[in-house]
Amino acid sequence: MVRFENVGLRYGMGPEVLRDISFGLAPGSFHFLTGPSGAGKSSLLRLIYLALRPSRGLINMFDRDVATLPRADTQDLRRRIGVVFQDFRLIEHLSALDNVALPLRVAGMSPQRIKSNVSELLSWVGLTDHLDSRPATLSGGQQQRVAIARAVISRPQLLLADEPTGNVDNEIAMRLIYLFDELNKMGTTVIIATHNEELVSRFNHPVIHLEDGEASMVRSPEKEGV
Amino acid sequence: MFRRPLDLPLDQDGSSKFLPWIIALMVYLAALSLAVAMAIGAVAGRWDQGLSGTMTVQIVPDISTNEPDQKRQAETTRALERALTLLRDTPGVISAEPLSVEDTYSLLTPWLGEGSLVDDLEIPRLIDLRVDPETGPDLDTVKRRLKGVSGVLVDDHGLWLERLVKLAHSVEVIALAIVLCIAVAAVATVVFTTRSGMAVHHGTIEVLHLIGAQDVYIARQFQFYAMVRGLHGGLVGLGLAALTLVVLGTLAGGIDLPLFPALALTPWQWVGLAAMPVASSAITMMTARITVLRSLAKML
Repeated sequence: MVRFENVGLRYGMGPEVLRDISFGLAPGSFHFLTGPSGAGKSSLLRLIYLALRPSRGLINMFDRDVATLPRADTQDLRRRIGVVFQDFRLIEHLSALDNVALPLRVAGMSPQRIKSNVSELLSWVGLTDHLDSRPATLSGGQQQRVAIARAVISRPQLLLADEPTGNVDNEIAMRLIYLFDELNKMGTTVIIATHNEELVSRFNHPVIHLEDGEASMVRSPEKEGV
Repeated sequence: MFRRPLDLPLDQDGSSKFLPWIIALMVYLAALSLAVAMAIGAVAGRWDQGLSGTMTVQIVPDISTNEPDQKRQAETTRALERALTLLRDTPGVISAEPLSVEDTYSLLTPWLGEGSLVDDLEIPRLIDLRVDPETGPDLDTVKRRLKGVSGVLVDDHGLWLERLVKLAHSVEVIALAIVLCIAVAAVATVVFTTRSGMAVHHGTIEVLHLIGAQDVYIARQFQFYAMVRGLHGGLVGLGLAALTLVVLGTLAGGIDLPLFPALALTPWQWVGLAAMPVASSAITMMTARITVLRSLAKML
């Protein structure tokens, strides 16, 4: 599903922030992406959700070489990827319901189906009473759940989460990881970037560790096809 | 599309708040320029059409001799009759009618006033000649035909008509050029406003992009917003222009200008002006769309 070969990334004329990254993610796998702050976790995720192009190397997503992807096809691939941004990136003037509905709207789903799907999902994440609330009126945890709901509403094949547990206490963090685990059991490939080592140790999922821009597999998968 | 809020809060942009008013001003100026162009064009056409196929034959009294007035008048009358006979026998002449002396005086009265000055003048006798535009004689043929008649001058109004029509067409072209300039300025304004909007909402546009929105989806938001603002501005501008034209028409109606036909618009020309808000709306919409698509094409 995702294959990196000798990928390097630099911003402008600066030094390489990622060097010789090579790994592969099989469909249905679950990976943690760990490393200290500034190690390049977010940059690596940005490469995977196609917000950046590598300076060198090859990235293959869904059996397509991203370097040769036509623009319209890039958007088609992005619709197969759900992203939970570290800062949520909710649209401030839209309600929780409209924020979650965005991926379905851009995919052209009818308003009736959108409303029913979104209401159901927001109910599942415990936000039934906040359908019409603007992000500014929601707590950090509630905003995070809206962001997660938006990332999974279109049933993406690949789900990326950048520090999803960064702003919540341990209990909620555990619940979130269990939520991602459930989605993974339903067939979604999951990558979670986190620097919460304690959390990572509780799950037996393979870990890609980034340090000084270089990646290593510190806990190899048992069942996952990496 | 109309029931849910736009994904981009474009109506909250400071830079786009003035767009309808700028469009209104531009449509106002463009509508006035277009009205002038259409009215002048119609006037030039009427001049051309009204005077084609007509000539004026003058029998000028010979005032170089010291003959008595009565004898001179008799000679002028004889020359007039001879010219009439020759003209009426010419193939292609529809009519050749002399203007009475009184009618000729009345033509001069607006310029010279009434009284002894006009009465004392030895004025030429005039023949209003109408010829078939297709088969009738041209100016040179008429001149040759009347060669033997003394004191004859033939004028088909070509020279002054040509200058007048040329002037009218120049004014028409300038007015249309002004309309074009206004349209270009409107396009530039919409480009600037749209780019400002894209800069203000860069974060939201990026989110839309990352969740898979195609460029046309994002462009549709800008073009819909621009279309509505263009239509609002266009309607206000057209309303003001119509009011101005009606006031000008009322004021001009009270002035009697014999040589200058009324600058009135036909119903179809009013329909043309009424289409300006639609045109402004279409221009702003297409400009916003193209601007957004071109800008997004540079993004990943």
